[in-house]
Amino acid sequence: MPAENILETLKAKLGGKVAETGSFRGDDTAVIAPEAWLEAASLLKKELGFDFLMDLCGADYLPREPRFEVVCHFYSSKTNARLRLKTRLAGEKPAVDSLTSLWLSADWFEREAWDMYGIDFKGHPDLRRLLMYDSFEGHPLRKDYPLKGRQPRIDHKD
Amino acid sequence: MERPAHELPKNWSLENAGDGRLLLNMGPSHPAMHGIVRILLSVEGERIKDADVEIGYLHRGFEKTCENVTWNQVVPYTDRLNYVSPFINNVGYALAVEKLMGIETPERCKYARVIMSELSRLTDHLTCLGANAMELGAFTVYFYLINAREDLYRLTDAVAGGRITPAWSRVGGVTRDLPDTFTADTAAVFKKVRANIADADRLLTRNPIFNGRLRGTGRISKEDAVSLAFTGPALRASGVPYDVRKASPYLVYDRFSFDVPVGDAGDNYDRYLVRLEEMRQSMRIVEQALKQLPAGPVNHPDYGVTLPPKEEVYGNIEALMAHFKLTYEGVKPPAGEVYQAVEGGNGELGFYLVSDGTGRPWRMRVRPPCFTLTAGLGRLIKGGYIADIISTFGQINMIGGELER
Repeated sequence: MPAENILETLKAKLGGKVAETGSFRGDDTAVIAPEAWLEAASLLKKELGFDFLMDLCGADYLPREPRFEVVCHFYSSKTNARLRLKTRLAGEKPAVDSLTSLWLSADWFEREAWDMYGIDFKGHPDLRRLLMYDSFEGHPLRKDYPLKGRQPRIDHKD
Repeated sequence: MERPAHELPKNWSLENAGDGRLLLNMGPSHPAMHGIVRILLSVEGERIKDADVEIGYLHRGFEKTCENVTWNQVVPYTDRLNYVSPFINNVGYALAVEKLMGIETPERCKYARVIMSELSRLTDHLTCLGANAMELGAFTVYFYLINAREDLYRLTDAVAGGRITPAWSRVGGVTRDLPDTFTADTAAVFKKVRANIADADRLLTRNPIFNGRLRGTGRISKEDAVSLAFTGPALRASGVPYDVRKASPYLVYDRFSFDVPVGDAGDNYDRYLVRLEEMRQSMRIVEQALKQLPAGPVNHPDYGVTLPPKEEVYGNIEALMAHFKLTYEGVKPPAGEVYQAVEGGNGELGFYLVSDGTGRPWRMRVRPPCFTLTAGLGRLIKGGYIADIISTFGQINMIGGELER
């Protein structure tokens, strides 16, 4: 299926929930409203043949509002197509549905996005920090976290 | 885990869970954990009931750091993602930025990048198989394979000036062209590498102990491997013939004939066989590339992209200005975002870059191939014996640098 058709299909099926679509340097992107995130991903997997959730990450666009983005890269081994799906999250407590019910790979990807950006994935079975330690304060990849931020000392645990 | 893992004891002792199970810490300081991974095991006798893999011991803020340096200053950091196949990381990153800028490098540069990437794949697989064999008791094989790797390192050292941190590619080109004697040197090194691989093949492939340790262990179904987004040898061992070099050819990979080995059992033994064959295919690619290698420049001609030659800088005001601006401000890709995937040693290595039009990346995300493999580790070892963790962990070839960035 050619790439334009995927974007067109998404628009036809999801209507106004597709906020924006575009292509840049051969990469196709669709921006989805946060409430339709799981619905769109499920459509990609079940009807459009995207069997790989290759990557999922967060991004911070401070001072823009909505500030955060969750970015997914999908790949279909059946049609050899790639697609980037994004959603924009506002506010102090960004949250979006988890994709763990559709792909096993979403588990660690979402844990990392939570760890680095503080994005809450609703429905994730075990959302805890992945790279940083449990008592780490803040989320290091946020633009307002300083490059050389210091952390308080932590107590030794037995 | 029955109890959430973060509530589990963090000490180093063996704890009795009270229902016949024992909680056992494996790593992070364990000789077979390659330094820095901790697995919390819940075992019943020798059987693994549940496993929680904990990472983060080598996290050094790669992505944060990259947001604060110019596009070209990122290159040395990419070496340290996968330090056994640094050229693939160098090349993948440069390709991503070039895609963002919408430029192409000269033909000779593309061939040189293919050649160095394939040499890196060889060193990656040699290290993986050598270390795996050593951990399973075949120390001799380790020396055969590491000797071959050392010869390849000398070859890449002669090109880039560094064994494991070459920082070789730049946006729009490479730091150094291939030396004049490169073709002859490669032929000599490949002769030795082929002999050493054949030795390892004879020592391992039909060895009953090695077979016993690898066959049927760390098995994963095709469906689970896809759902976990496995790529590279681990995915192909499960029977999915996905290889970025074939699926979406970058550089000049579409001009070479090479095979993509595919397994069917999805166990450690198939991963071993896939890697063994991939090394032979990599040598095939390098030999074809050296035959086709065109003459000409290796750097993009635009001085707004690559540094002008020194004699130009000292003799010509335009080149001097370009040099100054490129060094201080860096290349400036237009605002936009791209995802570029290359086939790394362990699978799909992706770079997701966001530019805001300045000289520094706004967002720099690496999709490390062994991230998803390590995420699936718990699933691979569950139900098996503690001793099988060694073969499985060796075969997923976890590389801390790219896993935790």
